[in-house]
This record gives sequence, C-alpha cells and structure tokens, in this order.
Amino acid sequence: MRRRLLIAVPYVWLLALFLIPFAVVFKISLSDIALAIPPYTPTAKDGIWNMLTGLDFENFVFLSEDDLYWKAYLSSLQIAFISTLLTLCVGYPMAYAMARAPEQWRPTLLMLVILPFWTSFLIRVYAWVGILSGEGFLNQFLLWIGVISTPLTILNTNTAVYIGIVYTYLPFMILPIYSALDRLDGSLIEAAEDLGCSRIKAFWLVTIPLSKNGIIAGCFLVFIPALGEFVIPSLLGGSGTLMIGKVLFEEFFSNRDWPVASAVAVILLLILIIPIVLFQRNEQRQAEAEK
Amino acid sequence: MRLSPFNVVSLTLGFVFLYLPMLILVIYSFNASKLVTVWAGFSTKWYGELLSNDAFLDAAWVTLQVAVLSSTLATVLGTMAAYVLVRGGRFFGRTLFSGMIYAPLVMPEVITGLSLLLLFIGIGMDRGVLTIVLAHTTFSMCFVSVVVSSRLMTFDQSLEEAALDLGASAFEAFRLVTLPIIAPAVISGWLLAFTLSLDDLVIASFTSGPSATTLPMKIWSSVRLGVSPEINALSTILIGLVTVGVIAASIASKQSALRAKRDEQAAARAQ
Repeated sequence: MRRRLLIAVPYVWLLALFLIPFAVVFKISLSDIALAIPPYTPTAKDGIWNMLTGLDFENFVFLSEDDLYWKAYLSSLQIAFISTLLTLCVGYPMAYAMARAPEQWRPTLLMLVILPFWTSFLIRVYAWVGILSGEGFLNQFLLWIGVISTPLTILNTNTAVYIGIVYTYLPFMILPIYSALDRLDGSLIEAAEDLGCSRIKAFWLVTIPLSKNGIIAGCFLVFIPALGEFVIPSLLGGSGTLMIGKVLFEEFFSNRDWPVASAVAVILLLILIIPIVLFQRNEQRQAEAEK
Repeated sequence: MRLSPFNVVSLTLGFVFLYLPMLILVIYSFNASKLVTVWAGFSTKWYGELLSNDAFLDAAWVTLQVAVLSSTLATVLGTMAAYVLVRGGRFFGRTLFSGMIYAPLVMPEVITGLSLLLLFIGIGMDRGVLTIVLAHTTFSMCFVSVVVSSRLMTFDQSLEEAALDLGASAFEAFRLVTLPIIAPAVISGWLLAFTLSLDDLVIASFTSGPSATTLPMKIWSSVRLGVSPEINALSTILIGLVTVGVIAASIASKQSALRAKRDEQAAARAQ
C-alpha cells in the first residue's frame, strides 16, 4: 500500500504537469486561431466529437510553406552545431590539462569550473553585452593595442551568439570529458610511447578514443539546449539571428498566434528526439561499461 | 604527470575566459559614471539606488518565495522518484516513469514553459506565484531525482535489509538508515533546485501572471534596453552570494569527509 503511494505521488505529478501539457500543445497545434479567449478553436466546449473532427494539419502546412520557419530551424541547427564544435575546441584542452594537473589542485580546478554554473545564467550572458558592444571593452582593448583602427561590430551578430553559447555551456563540456580522462589509465599512454608512438600520435590513437564517451556526452549536453536557446540569441544576437526558440517566443507573445506557436514547438520536439535518444544510448552504454 | 606549457596556457586562457566577464561586471558596478564603459571613480551609489528601488525588492521577495517553496517540494518529490527508480523494482509503466524523469533535463525551456502555460489556461487556473511554483517544482524534481538516485545506487543495500531484519518498519528503515546516508545528496539536490529556480527566466515568463514578477524577469526587461549600472550592482550581489555559498559548502563537505575518515580510523583502532 505504502509502496503504491510512493510510486503514485511523483508519477501522477509528472503525468499532470509534464505529459498532459504536451498533449495540450499537440491538440492546440492542430486547432485554428480565433479571436476569442482562449484564442483558438475548437475547444472542449464544442463537444468532444466536434473538437476532434475540427482538428487539422493546417498549421503544419503553413509552417512548411513559409520560408521563415525553414530558415529558423536550419539556422538553429547550424548555430548549435558550430557552437558545439567551438565549445569542444575550448573545453577539451582545459579538461585535458585538469586531468594532468597535480592531484591536490584538482578539487580547486573542478570547483572553478563548476562555480560559474551556479551563477545566474542571465547575468553571465548579460556580462558580454558590455564587452562586445561598439564602445565595449573588447573594442577599446583592440583599439588601444592597435590591432584595429575602427571598432568591430560583434554585438547583435551570430559571432556574439557563438561566444555566448560557448561561454555559458563550457562547464557542461568540460565535466564529462574530465571525468572520462580522469579514469584513463596513464600506463596505456606510456605503453604507446614505449612502443614507438610519438606524443601526438599517442594522443590521437589512445587518449582521444578512450575519452570518446566523454566527448559525445559533452557535445550532446551543449548541442541539445543550444538548439532551443532563447536568452542568448535575443540578448546577443541581432535581427538577422534566426533561432527557433526566439521565433516561438515571439510567435506566442508578440503575434499571439497560439496554434502556430504550438506547431513550432511540436516540430522542435520532433527534431530534438533524435539527439536525445542518441544521448541516452551513449549514457546507457557508458553505465554498462562501468559495470 | 607534469603539466606541459600547452596545458598551462589552455588552463590559464580558459579560466580568464570564464572569469574575466564577471570580474569586469563586478568592477564596473562600483563605477561612479552612468556610462558603463567609462571609469569615473569609485562609488557605491548604484547599490544605494538598487536598495531603494521597490520594484527590484518586490521581485526579489517573490523570487525567494518561489525558490524556497519549489525547491522544497521538488526535493520531496525528487527523492521519492529516485527511491522508486532505484529500489522500486518492476511496476506498471516504469519505462514511461523514467522517461518522464529524464526528458525534462534536456527539454528546451520554451517548450516546457509553453506547454505549462497552455495547461494552466486550459484548466482556468489564475497565473501567479502558485503556477510558477508548480512549474519550477516539475522540472527541478527531475534534477533532484538524478542527484539522489546516483547516491542511492552506490550505497550498500544490506544496511537497509539489516534494519528490516532487526525489526524496523520500512519507513523507520528509510528514516533512520537510508536518509542519513543519502542526506548529502538530498541537500545538494535542494541547492540545485533552489538555484535553478532563482535563475529561471523563460519558464517563469510563461507561467507567471501580472501579479507576480520574478527577479530574472525584472532583470530581463531592463537589460533588453542595454547595460545599466544598477543591474551591474545587482549582479555583483548575486555573484557574491553564490561564491560565498559554494565556497562554504565545499569547506563544509571537506570537513565532514575528514570527520568521517577520523571516525573510521578510531573505529579501526577500537577493533
């Protein structure tokens, strides 16, 4: 009896506040926009049968015919992909150096990586506005050392979005790679070097393959949230930065077109299912390997 | 192993990249000038203006209420969920249950926010503090449950069985044996849920009504207009609180690890 209650409470909570809301989004994505409260039709008030027969795929047809949405999905994928690669390029050397650092430094280094994660996300993104703007610190610095003669335009471009994503998601990349490298048996690299591998070759042939799971986990942890990101493109990106999270937010709050916003959400979810399933497979493989 | 020069350079540059933006923010919060990129002498006037700004204080109060309520609820629900996942055995719909625990961890906030808002409107619920609490509890209980279940998996189940053999009820065994052992994970789960709630902008924007504005929403509406010294001051206060909190927590956990080690050694000597 008690066991049933223990299972039922979190189960019902998640059903009611996680699964059912998705069903609602799905239903509204098949509805039509209306000048009413709530601003869509048909609703349950029209009777269940009328409501079900009144649903159609019009919004999805609309989305597929409008260039804006195609471009937004493609450019979200592109921005998320490029920033994931950049984060890997910045994160891997750091994780590698941390794993090679003397034992007594590691807890401090680890804390230094985790600390920004506890600090407000919004504030960390906001910090870059003052750095990247036309008269910001980066331009002042570059002008002062004489690399450039006129200020660069960085804020409100895709470059600023890349910097923002790399900056905020860096800890997610470093931590799984570090934990993979930390477990790596150093004698394997010594063996490779004894057998005539150069240092760099041993790194490519031994270290990288053995930290593969960490790399995969880190990349997914950056790619998946970056794809639906809203705050970074809105704050650092420009009017030309199309990202699907931003489109959804604007469709809902500015255009007040709930059915189309819901359809945008449904498609984003369908796109995300692939990386999420791949990510969970990778985690399971890793968990089994540890057993 | 020794650090190569390349390792030292990548660590140094990496940490400069991570910390310089926040450092600049902190320094310029003490700038006397309204122009945020021109230094005009040391001043704490922006802190004074911040503390006399009722809108910010109200928002901070709402945020704190939401964070305390939702993280506490999330800790209870998340610990239950973790216990069910690790110790619950088989039951009907277990796959769905574990899917619902892991999916919110990677779900884009815009989708979670939109779906909850549509639900609240669908059932005719007034939006305000309560709806934000419900929303935050739902996604942060999943984080709590991941943290707690990783601790539950590593601990020796025979301790629980011993308690049951010695006549404890299932609940007593949980309260007297399991809970003290998983307590550090439960506490870090609570802290994680608390910071997630303090930090959240997108889900709160969707699920709150006109009566409740949280601090991130307030920050958002003013940073959209550009950099402002008041927000720098507010950011500095928040960064300071987090830094002190994290350092204190790490010292506390180090000391409790030391104490546990001493106890073990004393026990070994006593044998």
